[in-house]
Amino acid sequence: MSVSKRTLLLLQILVAVVALGIWHIGSSVPILGVYFLPKFFFSTPWDVAARIVKLFSGTLIWKHLGITLTETLLAFVIGAGGGVLIGFWFARRPLINAVFDPYVKMANALPRVVLAPIFMLWLGLGIWSKVALGVTLVFFIVFFNVYQGVKEVSQAVLSNARMLGMTEQQLFRHVYWPSALSWMFSSLHTSVGFALVGAVVGEYLGSAAGLGYMIHEAEGVFDTTGVFAGMVILAAFVLVVDAIVTAIEHRLLVWRPDAAGRNV
Amino acid sequence: MPPDIAISLEQIDIIYRAQAYAGGGVRDGGPARAGDYHAVSQATLAVKEGEFVSIVGPTGCGKSTLLNAAAGLLQPANGGVSIYGDLLSGLNARAGYLFQQDALMPWKTALENVAIGLEVAGVDPAIARDRAEHWLAQVGLQGFGLRYPHQLSGGQRKRVGLAQVLIRNPDILLMDEPFGPLDAQTRQIMGNLLLSLWAQERKAVLFVTHDLEEAIALSDRVVIMSSGPKATIIGDYRIDLARPRDAMDVRLDAGFHAIHKAIWDQLRGEVMKAYQGVSP
Ligand SMILES: Nc1ncnc2c1ncn2[C@@H]1O[C@H](COP(=O)(O)OP(=O)(O)OP(=O)(O)O)[C@@H](O)[C@H]1O
Ligand SMILES: [Mg+2]
Repeated sequence: MSVSKRTLLLLQILVAVVALGIWHIGSSVPILGVYFLPKFFFSTPWDVAARIVKLFSGTLIWKHLGITLTETLLAFVIGAGGGVLIGFWFARRPLINAVFDPYVKMANALPRVVLAPIFMLWLGLGIWSKVALGVTLVFFIVFFNVYQGVKEVSQAVLSNARMLGMTEQQLFRHVYWPSALSWMFSSLHTSVGFALVGAVVGEYLGSAAGLGYMIHEAEGVFDTTGVFAGMVILAAFVLVVDAIVTAIEHRLLVWRPDAAGRNV
Repeated sequence: MPPDIAISLEQIDIIYRAQAYAGGGVRDGGPARAGDYHAVSQATLAVKEGEFVSIVGPTGCGKSTLLNAAAGLLQPANGGVSIYGDLLSGLNARAGYLFQQDALMPWKTALENVAIGLEVAGVDPAIARDRAEHWLAQVGLQGFGLRYPHQLSGGQRKRVGLAQVLIRNPDILLMDEPFGPLDAQTRQIMGNLLLSLWAQERKAVLFVTHDLEEAIALSDRVVIMSSGPKATIIGDYRIDLARPRDAMDVRLDAGFHAIHKAIWDQLRGEVMKAYQGVSP
Protein backbone atom coordinates (compact mmCIF):
# COMPACT_ATOMS: atom_id res chain seq x y z
CA MET A 1 0.00 0.00 0.00
CA SER A 2 1.58 3.20 -1.12
CA VAL A 3 -0.73 5.99 -0.08
CA SER A 4 0.93 9.23 0.88
CA LYS A 5 0.27 10.71 4.31
CA ARG A 6 -1.73 13.55 2.75
CA THR A 7 -3.99 11.32 0.71
CA LEU A 8 -4.60 9.21 3.77
CA LEU A 9 -5.54 12.24 5.84
CA LEU A 10 -7.88 13.43 3.10
CA LEU A 11 -9.56 10.02 2.98
CA GLN A 12 -9.92 10.00 6.75
CA ILE A 13 -11.51 13.45 6.68
CA LEU A 14 -13.79 12.28 3.88
CA VAL A 15 -15.13 9.50 6.10
CA ALA A 16 -16.00 12.05 8.80
CA VAL A 17 -17.63 14.38 6.30
CA VAL A 18 -19.76 11.59 4.84
CA ALA A 19 -20.83 10.39 8.28
CA LEU A 20 -21.70 13.90 9.41
CA GLY A 21 -23.50 14.47 6.12
CA ILE A 22 -25.67 11.41 6.59
CA TRP A 23 -26.41 12.47 10.14
CA HIS A 24 -27.28 15.98 9.05
CA ILE A 25 -29.54 14.91 6.18
CA GLY A 26 -31.19 12.16 8.20
CA SER A 27 -32.03 14.51 11.04
CA SER A 28 -32.88 17.76 9.22
CA VAL A 29 -34.10 16.89 5.71
CA PRO A 30 -37.34 14.94 5.40
CA ILE A 31 -37.12 12.23 2.77
CA LEU A 32 -40.58 11.25 1.50
CA GLY A 33 -41.92 13.12 4.49
CA VAL A 34 -39.95 11.07 7.02
CA TYR A 35 -36.90 11.98 9.10
CA PHE A 36 -34.72 8.88 9.12
CA LEU A 37 -32.81 10.08 12.18
CA PRO A 38 -35.41 11.91 14.24
CA LYS A 39 -33.99 14.88 16.15
CA PHE A 40 -35.40 13.65 19.40
CA PHE A 41 -33.28 10.51 19.29
CA PHE A 42 -30.26 11.66 17.30
CA SER A 43 -30.03 15.44 17.71
CA THR A 44 -28.22 17.16 14.82
CA PRO A 45 -24.54 17.83 14.11
CA TRP A 46 -25.09 21.60 14.34
CA ASP A 47 -26.86 21.41 17.67
CA VAL A 48 -24.18 19.17 19.09
CA ALA A 49 -21.42 21.45 17.82
CA ALA A 50 -23.17 24.51 19.23
CA ARG A 51 -23.57 22.77 22.56
CA ILE A 52 -19.89 21.85 22.69
CA VAL A 53 -18.90 25.45 21.96
CA LYS A 54 -21.27 26.64 24.65
CA LEU A 55 -19.94 24.13 27.16
CA PHE A 56 -16.36 25.16 26.56
CA SER A 57 -17.18 28.83 26.92
CA GLY A 58 -18.20 28.05 30.51
CA THR A 59 -15.93 26.78 33.28
CA LEU A 60 -17.94 23.80 34.48
CA ILE A 61 -16.72 21.52 31.69
CA TRP A 62 -13.13 21.96 32.81
CA LYS A 63 -14.05 20.82 36.28
CA HIS A 64 -15.70 17.70 34.88
CA LEU A 65 -12.73 16.97 32.64
CA GLY A 66 -10.33 17.55 35.53
CA ILE A 67 -12.19 15.11 37.76
CA THR A 68 -12.29 12.40 35.10
CA LEU A 69 -8.61 12.91 34.32
CA THR A 70 -7.67 12.71 37.98
CA GLU A 71 -9.63 9.50 38.45
CA THR A 72 -8.08 8.00 35.31
CA LEU A 73 -4.54 8.86 36.35
CA LEU A 74 -4.99 7.60 39.91
CA ALA A 75 -6.56 4.36 38.70
CA PHE A 76 -3.75 3.84 36.24
CA VAL A 77 -0.91 4.60 38.64
CA ILE A 78 -2.30 2.50 41.49
CA GLY A 79 -3.43 -0.37 39.26
CA ALA A 80 -0.20 -0.47 37.27
CA GLY A 81 1.98 -0.19 40.37
CA GLY A 82 0.15 -3.08 42.02
CA GLY A 83 0.21 -5.11 38.82
CA VAL A 84 3.97 -4.68 38.42
CA LEU A 85 4.73 -5.65 42.03
CA ILE A 86 2.42 -8.64 42.22
CA GLY A 87 3.25 -9.73 38.67
CA PHE A 88 6.94 -9.84 39.50
CA TRP A 89 6.33 -11.58 42.77
CA PHE A 90 4.17 -14.29 41.21
CA ALA A 91 6.54 -14.85 38.31
CA ARG A 92 9.53 -15.35 40.57
CA ARG A 93 7.69 -17.49 43.14
CA PRO A 94 6.04 -20.41 41.33
CA LEU A 95 4.47 -21.73 44.53
CA ILE A 96 2.68 -18.46 45.30
CA ASN A 97 1.51 -18.37 41.73
CA ALA A 98 0.23 -21.95 41.83
CA VAL A 99 -1.69 -21.34 45.06
CA PHE A 100 -3.34 -18.10 43.97
CA ASP A 101 -3.86 -18.98 40.33
CA PRO A 102 -7.53 -20.06 40.55
CA TYR A 103 -8.44 -17.00 42.62
CA VAL A 104 -6.72 -14.63 40.23
CA LYS A 105 -8.59 -16.20 37.35
CA MET A 106 -11.86 -15.97 39.25
CA ALA A 107 -11.38 -12.33 40.18
CA ASN A 108 -10.44 -11.47 36.63
CA ALA A 109 -13.45 -13.25 35.18
CA LEU A 110 -15.82 -11.16 37.30
CA PRO A 111 -17.57 -8.40 35.31
CA ARG A 112 -16.26 -5.29 37.04
CA VAL A 113 -19.50 -3.32 36.70
CA VAL A 114 -21.08 -5.39 39.46
CA LEU A 115 -18.40 -4.11 41.80
CA ALA A 116 -19.34 -0.48 41.21
CA PRO A 117 -22.22 -0.38 43.72
CA ILE A 118 -20.06 -2.08 46.35
CA PHE A 119 -17.27 0.41 45.86
CA MET A 120 -19.79 3.22 46.21
CA LEU A 121 -21.02 1.69 49.41
CA TRP A 122 -17.51 1.40 50.75
CA LEU A 123 -15.91 4.53 49.37
CA GLY A 124 -18.79 6.92 48.86
CA LEU A 125 -19.79 8.91 45.81
CA GLY A 126 -16.50 10.82 45.54
CA ILE A 127 -13.61 10.03 43.23
CA TRP A 128 -12.26 7.03 45.15
CA SER A 129 -15.05 4.63 44.24
CA LYS A 130 -14.32 5.42 40.56
CA VAL A 131 -10.59 5.03 41.10
CA ALA A 132 -11.20 1.65 42.73
CA LEU A 133 -13.23 0.49 39.76
CA GLY A 134 -10.48 1.59 37.37
CA VAL A 135 -7.84 -0.10 39.51
CA THR A 136 -9.60 -3.47 39.30
CA LEU A 137 -9.54 -3.15 35.52
CA VAL A 138 -5.96 -1.89 35.11
CA PHE A 139 -4.42 -4.18 37.70
CA PHE A 140 -5.18 -7.41 35.90
CA ILE A 141 -3.97 -6.22 32.51
CA VAL A 142 -0.67 -5.02 33.91
CA PHE A 143 -0.37 -8.03 36.21
CA PHE A 144 -0.76 -10.55 33.39
CA ASN A 145 1.60 -8.65 31.13
CA VAL A 146 4.34 -8.25 33.69
CA TYR A 147 3.99 -11.89 34.68
CA GLN A 148 4.31 -12.87 31.04
CA GLY A 149 7.23 -10.50 30.55
CA VAL A 150 9.20 -12.05 33.37
CA LYS A 151 8.31 -15.60 32.34
CA GLU A 152 9.04 -15.15 28.66
CA VAL A 153 12.52 -13.75 28.84
CA SER A 154 14.38 -15.67 26.17
CA GLN A 155 16.35 -18.55 27.68
CA ALA A 156 19.34 -17.64 25.53
CA VAL A 157 19.36 -14.04 26.76
CA LEU A 158 19.06 -15.22 30.34
CA SER A 159 21.81 -17.82 30.04
CA ASN A 160 24.02 -15.30 28.30
CA ALA A 161 23.48 -12.74 31.05
CA ARG A 162 24.37 -15.36 33.65
CA MET A 163 27.50 -16.33 31.76
CA LEU A 164 28.46 -12.66 31.66
CA GLY A 165 28.64 -12.84 35.43
CA MET A 166 25.39 -11.22 36.50
CA THR A 167 24.15 -11.79 40.03
CA GLU A 168 20.45 -12.35 40.71
CA GLN A 169 20.08 -8.67 41.50
CA GLN A 170 21.80 -7.64 38.29
CA LEU A 171 19.66 -10.08 36.32
CA PHE A 172 16.64 -8.38 37.78
CA ARG A 173 17.85 -4.94 36.78
CA HIS A 174 19.25 -5.71 33.34
CA VAL A 175 17.04 -8.56 32.14
CA TYR A 176 13.78 -9.19 34.00
CA TRP A 177 12.87 -5.58 34.62
CA PRO A 178 13.33 -4.30 31.04
CA SER A 179 11.52 -7.33 29.69
CA ALA A 180 8.58 -6.92 32.07
CA LEU A 181 8.47 -3.20 31.38
CA SER A 182 8.32 -3.73 27.66
CA TRP A 183 5.35 -6.04 28.08
CA MET A 184 3.69 -3.56 30.37
CA PHE A 185 4.18 -0.76 27.89
CA SER A 186 2.88 -2.88 25.08
CA SER A 187 -0.40 -2.97 27.01
CA LEU A 188 -0.26 0.70 27.92
CA HIS A 189 -2.99 1.73 25.49
CA THR A 190 -5.31 -0.94 26.78
CA SER A 191 -4.66 -0.24 30.44
CA VAL A 192 -4.96 3.54 30.16
CA GLY A 193 -8.14 2.97 28.19
CA PHE A 194 -9.51 0.75 30.93
CA ALA A 195 -8.59 3.28 33.62
CA LEU A 196 -10.74 5.78 31.72
CA VAL A 197 -13.55 3.26 31.28
CA GLY A 198 -13.51 2.60 35.03
CA ALA A 199 -13.72 6.32 35.78
CA VAL A 200 -16.50 7.09 33.31
CA VAL A 201 -18.61 4.04 34.12
CA GLY A 202 -18.22 4.78 37.82
CA GLU A 203 -19.32 8.35 37.30
CA TYR A 204 -22.18 7.23 35.16
CA LEU A 205 -23.47 4.88 37.85
CA GLY A 206 -23.39 7.44 40.60
CA SER A 207 -21.50 10.64 41.28
CA ALA A 208 -21.74 14.39 41.22
CA ALA A 209 -19.00 15.27 38.75
CA GLY A 210 -17.04 14.06 35.75
CA LEU A 211 -17.76 13.34 32.09
CA GLY A 212 -19.74 10.21 32.89
CA TYR A 213 -21.92 12.20 35.26
CA MET A 214 -22.44 14.87 32.62
CA ILE A 215 -23.68 12.32 30.10
CA HIS A 216 -25.88 10.64 32.69
CA GLU A 217 -27.44 13.98 33.65
CA ALA A 218 -28.30 14.81 30.06
CA GLU A 219 -29.76 11.35 29.57
CA GLY A 220 -31.97 11.77 32.61
CA VAL A 221 -33.81 14.67 30.97
CA PHE A 222 -33.83 13.22 27.42
CA ASP A 223 -31.33 15.87 26.35
CA THR A 224 -29.99 13.96 23.36
CA THR A 225 -27.88 16.91 22.28
CA GLY A 226 -26.20 16.90 25.69
CA VAL A 227 -25.54 13.16 25.51
CA PHE A 228 -23.97 13.43 22.07
CA ALA A 229 -21.93 16.47 23.09
CA GLY A 230 -20.64 14.53 26.11
CA MET A 231 -19.76 11.57 23.93
CA VAL A 232 -17.87 13.73 21.45
CA ILE A 233 -15.92 15.39 24.25
CA LEU A 234 -15.18 11.99 25.76
CA ALA A 235 -13.95 10.67 22.41
CA ALA A 236 -11.72 13.72 21.92
CA PHE A 237 -10.41 13.27 25.45
CA VAL A 238 -9.57 9.61 24.70
CA LEU A 239 -7.73 10.63 21.52
CA VAL A 240 -5.61 13.14 23.41
CA VAL A 241 -4.77 10.65 26.15
CA ASP A 242 -3.95 8.02 23.54
CA ALA A 243 -1.65 10.41 21.68
CA ILE A 244 0.22 11.13 24.91
CA VAL A 245 0.56 7.40 25.59
CA THR A 246 1.90 6.84 22.07
CA ALA A 247 4.50 9.55 22.57
CA ILE A 248 5.63 7.98 25.86
CA GLU A 249 5.74 4.54 24.28
CA HIS A 250 7.94 5.76 21.44
CA ARG A 251 10.41 7.26 23.84
CA LEU A 252 10.63 4.23 26.10
CA LEU A 253 10.57 1.42 23.59
CA VAL A 254 13.02 2.70 21.00
CA TRP A 255 14.72 -0.67 21.03
CA ARG A 256 11.65 -2.51 19.82
CA PRO A 257 11.45 -3.23 16.12
CA ASP A 258 7.75 -2.40 15.90
CA ALA A 259 7.85 0.72 18.05
CA ALA A 260 10.88 2.24 16.37
CA GLY A 261 10.09 1.39 12.78
CA ARG A 262 6.43 2.25 12.89
CA ASN A 263 5.14 4.59 10.29
CA VAL A 264 1.82 4.64 8.57
CA MET B 1 43.07 -34.31 36.96
CA PRO B 2 46.06 -32.16 36.05
CA PRO B 3 45.27 -28.46 36.35
CA ASP B 4 46.68 -27.66 32.91
CA ILE B 5 43.58 -29.30 31.46
CA ALA B 6 41.20 -26.39 31.04
CA ILE B 7 38.07 -28.38 30.25
CA SER B 8 37.59 -32.01 30.96
CA LEU B 9 34.36 -33.81 30.19
CA GLU B 10 34.61 -37.24 31.76
CA GLN B 11 32.22 -39.84 30.40
CA ILE B 12 29.27 -37.54 30.61
CA ASP B 13 25.69 -38.51 29.87
CA ILE B 14 23.15 -35.83 29.19
CA ILE B 15 19.47 -36.63 29.28
CA TYR B 16 16.72 -34.17 28.45
CA ARG B 17 13.88 -35.10 30.75
CA ALA B 18 10.36 -35.25 29.40
CA GLN B 19 9.05 -34.16 32.76
CA ALA B 20 10.58 -31.52 34.93
CA TYR B 21 11.18 -32.82 38.41
CA ALA B 22 11.15 -30.83 41.59
CA GLY B 23 14.21 -28.65 41.29
CA GLY B 24 13.62 -28.39 37.60
CA GLY B 25 15.43 -28.93 34.35
CA VAL B 26 17.78 -31.77 33.68
CA ARG B 27 19.63 -31.54 36.95
CA ASP B 28 18.77 -34.92 38.33
CA GLY B 29 20.70 -38.09 37.66
CA GLY B 30 19.41 -41.59 37.10
CA PRO B 31 18.73 -43.50 33.92
CA ALA B 32 16.59 -42.27 31.05
CA ARG B 33 12.88 -42.91 31.52
CA ALA B 34 10.19 -43.24 28.89
CA GLY B 35 9.89 -40.02 26.90
CA ASP B 36 13.29 -38.72 27.97
CA TYR B 37 15.81 -37.93 25.28
CA HIS B 38 19.22 -39.38 25.91
CA ALA B 39 21.18 -36.80 23.92
CA VAL B 40 24.78 -37.51 24.86
CA SER B 41 26.25 -40.73 26.18
CA GLN B 42 29.69 -41.45 27.60
CA ALA B 43 31.32 -38.45 25.98
CA THR B 44 34.90 -37.80 27.00
CA LEU B 45 36.82 -34.77 25.86
CA ALA B 46 39.74 -32.81 27.28
CA VAL B 47 40.88 -29.39 26.16
CA LYS B 48 44.31 -28.33 27.40
CA GLU B 49 45.19 -24.86 28.47
CA GLY B 50 45.92 -22.86 25.32
CA GLU B 51 44.49 -25.51 23.04
CA PHE B 52 42.04 -24.87 20.22
CA VAL B 53 39.62 -27.75 19.76
CA SER B 54 36.75 -27.87 17.28
CA ILE B 55 33.71 -30.12 17.41
CA VAL B 56 32.10 -31.14 14.16
CA GLY B 57 29.14 -33.42 13.74
CA PRO B 58 25.79 -33.74 12.02
CA THR B 59 23.08 -31.26 12.90
CA GLY B 60 21.18 -32.15 16.06
CA CYS B 61 23.86 -34.51 17.35
CA GLY B 62 24.52 -32.65 20.59
CA LYS B 63 27.30 -30.14 20.00
CA SER B 64 25.50 -27.29 21.71
CA THR B 65 24.54 -29.68 24.46
CA LEU B 66 28.20 -30.43 25.12
CA LEU B 67 29.06 -26.73 25.25
CA ASN B 68 26.21 -26.12 27.68
CA ALA B 69 27.62 -28.83 29.90
CA ALA B 70 31.08 -27.24 29.75
CA ALA B 71 29.48 -23.89 30.63
CA GLY B 72 27.71 -25.38 33.62
CA LEU B 73 24.29 -24.56 32.19
CA LEU B 74 23.41 -28.26 32.02
CA GLN B 75 24.28 -30.86 34.61
CA PRO B 76 25.24 -34.26 33.25
CA ALA B 77 23.19 -37.19 34.52
CA ASN B 78 26.39 -39.21 34.82
CA GLY B 79 30.05 -38.30 34.70
CA GLY B 80 31.63 -35.02 35.61
CA VAL B 81 32.94 -31.78 34.19
CA SER B 82 36.22 -30.45 35.53
CA ILE B 83 37.54 -26.96 34.91
CA TYR B 84 41.28 -26.52 35.57
CA GLY B 85 41.16 -29.59 37.72
CA ASP B 86 38.17 -28.59 39.85
CA LEU B 87 34.87 -30.38 39.55
CA LEU B 88 32.36 -27.89 38.14
CA SER B 89 29.22 -27.18 40.10
CA GLY B 90 27.09 -24.27 39.03
CA LEU B 91 28.18 -21.95 36.28
CA ASN B 92 31.64 -21.99 34.77
CA ALA B 93 32.93 -18.57 35.83
CA ARG B 94 36.16 -18.88 33.85
CA ALA B 95 34.40 -19.37 30.54
CA GLY B 96 32.98 -16.95 28.02
CA TYR B 97 30.19 -18.44 25.93
CA LEU B 98 29.13 -17.24 22.51
CA PHE B 99 25.70 -18.77 22.01
CA GLN B 100 24.35 -20.23 18.80
CA GLN B 101 21.07 -18.36 19.23
CA ASP B 102 20.65 -14.61 19.43
CA ALA B 103 21.47 -13.81 23.01
CA LEU B 104 22.03 -10.06 23.05
CA MET B 105 19.77 -8.05 25.30
CA PRO B 106 17.38 -6.45 22.81
CA TRP B 107 16.79 -3.42 25.07
CA LYS B 108 20.45 -2.45 25.13
CA THR B 109 22.46 -0.90 22.32
CA ALA B 110 25.41 -2.77 20.83
CA LEU B 111 27.77 -0.69 22.97
CA GLU B 112 25.79 -1.30 26.15
CA ASN B 113 25.63 -5.00 25.38
CA VAL B 114 29.39 -5.18 25.06
CA ALA B 115 30.10 -3.01 28.10
CA ILE B 116 27.71 -4.81 30.43
CA GLY B 117 30.07 -7.69 31.19
CA LEU B 118 32.58 -5.25 32.65
CA GLU B 119 29.98 -3.07 34.35
CA VAL B 120 28.48 -5.92 36.32
CA ALA B 121 31.99 -6.84 37.42
CA GLY B 122 32.30 -3.39 38.98
CA VAL B 123 34.38 -1.63 36.32
CA ASP B 124 33.77 2.11 36.12
CA PRO B 125 31.06 2.66 33.46
CA ALA B 126 33.11 5.26 31.56
CA ILE B 127 36.06 2.88 31.32
CA ALA B 128 33.77 0.00 30.40
CA ARG B 129 32.37 2.05 27.52
CA ASP B 130 35.84 2.89 26.29
CA ARG B 131 36.79 -0.76 26.31
CA ALA B 132 33.54 -1.62 24.56
CA GLU B 133 34.29 0.90 21.79
CA HIS B 134 37.66 -0.76 21.38
CA TRP B 135 36.15 -4.24 21.14
CA LEU B 136 33.46 -3.17 18.70
CA ALA B 137 36.21 -1.79 16.49
CA GLN B 138 38.10 -5.08 16.85
CA VAL B 139 35.18 -7.02 15.41
CA GLY B 140 34.74 -4.47 12.62
CA LEU B 141 31.74 -2.64 14.01
CA GLN B 142 33.12 0.80 14.70
CA GLY B 143 30.28 3.31 14.55
CA PHE B 144 27.59 0.71 15.21
CA GLY B 145 27.60 1.21 18.97
CA LEU B 146 24.33 3.07 19.18
CA ARG B 147 22.31 0.54 17.21
CA TYR B 148 19.90 -1.81 18.90
CA PRO B 149 20.19 -5.52 18.06
CA HIS B 150 17.17 -5.47 15.77
CA GLN B 151 18.89 -2.80 13.71
CA LEU B 152 21.87 -5.09 13.04
CA SER B 153 22.22 -7.95 10.58
CA GLY B 154 22.57 -11.53 11.83
CA GLY B 155 26.32 -11.45 11.20
CA GLN B 156 26.69 -8.10 12.94
CA ARG B 157 24.83 -9.41 15.97
CA LYS B 158 27.16 -12.40 16.10
CA ARG B 159 30.14 -10.08 16.10
CA VAL B 160 28.66 -7.94 18.87
CA GLY B 161 28.24 -11.19 20.78
CA LEU B 162 31.87 -12.02 20.17
CA ALA B 163 32.97 -8.62 21.50
CA GLN B 164 30.65 -9.09 24.48
CA VAL B 165 32.41 -12.32 25.36
CA LEU B 166 35.97 -11.26 24.59
CA ILE B 167 35.85 -8.00 26.57
CA ARG B 168 35.75 -10.01 29.78
CA ASN B 169 38.97 -11.80 28.82
CA PRO B 170 37.85 -15.28 29.90
CA ASP B 171 40.37 -18.12 30.18
CA ILE B 172 38.08 -20.44 28.26
CA LEU B 173 36.13 -19.62 25.13
CA LEU B 174 33.08 -21.68 24.23
CA MET B 175 31.91 -20.75 20.77
CA ASP B 176 28.86 -22.20 19.08
CA GLU B 177 29.01 -21.53 15.35
CA PRO B 178 30.19 -17.99 15.90
CA PHE B 179 30.72 -17.28 12.21
CA GLY B 180 27.62 -19.05 10.98
CA PRO B 181 25.84 -16.14 9.28
CA LEU B 182 28.96 -14.43 7.90
CA ASP B 183 30.13 -14.38 4.31
CA ALA B 184 33.24 -16.38 3.42
CA GLN B 185 35.47 -13.32 3.38
CA THR B 186 34.38 -11.98 6.77
CA ARG B 187 34.57 -15.49 8.20
CA GLN B 188 38.24 -15.56 7.39
CA ILE B 189 38.86 -12.10 8.80
CA MET B 190 37.10 -13.11 12.01
CA GLY B 191 38.94 -16.43 12.01
CA ASN B 192 42.26 -14.62 11.80
CA LEU B 193 41.20 -12.19 14.52
CA LEU B 194 40.32 -15.11 16.74
CA LEU B 195 43.62 -16.85 15.97
CA SER B 196 45.67 -13.76 16.80
CA LEU B 197 43.81 -13.18 20.07
CA TRP B 198 44.18 -16.80 20.95
CA ALA B 199 47.92 -16.74 20.20
CA GLN B 200 48.43 -13.76 22.51
CA GLU B 201 46.33 -14.94 25.41
CA ARG B 202 46.69 -18.71 25.34
CA LYS B 203 43.01 -19.27 25.88
CA ALA B 204 41.48 -22.69 25.73
CA VAL B 205 38.93 -22.72 22.93
CA LEU B 206 36.10 -25.16 22.33
CA PHE B 207 34.65 -24.27 18.97
CA VAL B 208 31.59 -25.69 17.23
CA THR B 209 31.22 -25.34 13.49
CA HIS B 210 29.49 -26.96 10.56
CA ASP B 211 32.35 -25.99 8.31
CA LEU B 212 34.96 -28.72 8.40
CA GLU B 213 37.49 -26.61 6.49
CA GLU B 214 37.13 -23.86 9.05
CA ALA B 215 37.57 -26.35 11.88
CA ILE B 216 40.79 -27.67 10.38
CA ALA B 217 42.13 -24.22 9.53
CA LEU B 218 41.73 -22.93 13.07
CA SER B 219 42.24 -25.88 15.37
CA ASP B 220 44.88 -27.95 17.08
CA ARG B 221 42.41 -30.81 17.23
CA VAL B 222 39.14 -31.63 15.52
CA VAL B 223 36.79 -34.05 17.23
CA ILE B 224 33.83 -35.72 15.58
CA MET B 225 30.53 -36.42 17.25
CA SER B 226 28.30 -39.26 16.20
CA SER B 227 24.68 -38.65 15.30
CA GLY B 228 22.22 -38.78 18.20
CA PRO B 229 20.60 -40.08 20.28
CA LYS B 230 23.32 -41.20 22.68
CA ALA B 231 25.80 -39.19 20.70
CA THR B 232 29.41 -39.43 21.68
CA ILE B 233 32.88 -38.47 20.51
CA ILE B 234 33.91 -40.94 17.84
CA GLY B 235 36.95 -39.32 16.26
CA ASP B 236 39.81 -37.15 17.43
CA TYR B 237 42.21 -35.73 14.84
CA ARG B 238 45.36 -33.79 15.59
CA ILE B 239 45.96 -30.98 13.11
CA ASP B 240 49.69 -30.63 12.75
CA LEU B 241 49.72 -27.66 10.43
CA ALA B 242 52.33 -25.00 11.22
CA ARG B 243 51.45 -22.02 13.38
CA PRO B 244 50.95 -19.14 13.04
CA ARG B 245 48.40 -19.82 10.38
CA ASP B 246 46.39 -17.70 8.07
CA ALA B 247 42.82 -18.96 8.04
CA MET B 248 42.74 -18.67 4.24
CA ASP B 249 46.22 -19.62 3.08
CA VAL B 250 46.39 -22.73 5.21
CA ARG B 251 43.72 -24.29 3.02
CA LEU B 252 46.23 -24.42 0.17
CA ASP B 253 48.62 -26.48 2.25
CA ALA B 254 49.17 -30.06 1.04
CA GLY B 255 48.72 -31.47 4.53
CA PHE B 256 45.35 -29.73 4.76
CA HIS B 257 43.83 -31.88 2.03
CA ALA B 258 45.07 -35.12 3.48
CA ILE B 259 43.58 -34.40 6.89
CA HIS B 260 40.39 -33.04 5.37
CA LYS B 261 39.89 -36.26 3.43
CA ALA B 262 40.54 -38.45 6.46
CA ILE B 263 38.04 -36.57 8.64
CA TRP B 264 35.42 -36.22 5.94
CA ASP B 265 35.45 -39.95 5.23
CA GLN B 266 34.36 -40.56 8.80
CA LEU B 267 32.06 -37.56 9.14
CA ARG B 268 30.13 -38.30 5.97
CA GLY B 269 28.86 -41.59 7.38
CA GLU B 270 27.52 -39.83 10.47
CA VAL B 271 25.89 -37.06 8.47
CA MET B 272 24.11 -39.64 6.32
CA LYS B 273 22.92 -41.48 9.41
CA ALA B 274 21.55 -38.32 10.95
CA TYR B 275 19.90 -37.35 7.68
CA GLN B 276 18.18 -40.69 7.24
CA GLY B 277 16.82 -40.14 10.72
CA VAL B 278 17.70 -42.99 13.01
CA SER B 279 14.67 -42.52 15.24
CA PRO B 280 15.35 -41.19 18.72
N1 LIG C 1 15.61 -28.79 25.87
C1 LIG C 1 15.60 -29.92 25.14
N2 LIG C 1 14.69 -30.88 25.37
C2 LIG C 1 14.68 -32.03 24.66
N3 LIG C 1 15.54 -32.30 23.68
C3 LIG C 1 16.48 -31.39 23.39
C4 LIG C 1 16.57 -30.15 24.10
N4 LIG C 1 17.59 -29.44 23.59
C5 LIG C 1 18.12 -30.19 22.62
N5 LIG C 1 17.47 -31.37 22.49
C6 LIG C 1 17.79 -32.46 21.55
O1 LIG C 1 19.11 -32.86 21.78
C7 LIG C 1 19.79 -33.11 20.57
C8 LIG C 1 21.06 -32.31 20.51
O2 LIG C 1 20.76 -30.93 20.44
P1 LIG C 1 21.89 -29.84 20.22
O3 LIG C 1 21.24 -28.50 20.26
O4 LIG C 1 22.98 -30.07 21.19
O5 LIG C 1 22.36 -30.19 18.75
P2 LIG C 1 23.53 -29.52 17.88
O6 LIG C 1 24.53 -30.57 17.62
O7 LIG C 1 24.00 -28.28 18.53
O8 LIG C 1 22.78 -29.20 16.54
P3 LIG C 1 23.01 -27.99 15.52
O9 LIG C 1 24.26 -28.30 14.78
O10 LIG C 1 21.83 -28.06 14.62
O11 LIG C 1 23.09 -26.74 16.32
C9 LIG C 1 18.80 -32.77 19.46
O12 LIG C 1 18.29 -33.97 18.93
C10 LIG C 1 17.74 -31.97 20.14
O13 LIG C 1 16.50 -32.26 19.54
MG1 LIG D 1 23.78 -26.33 18.13
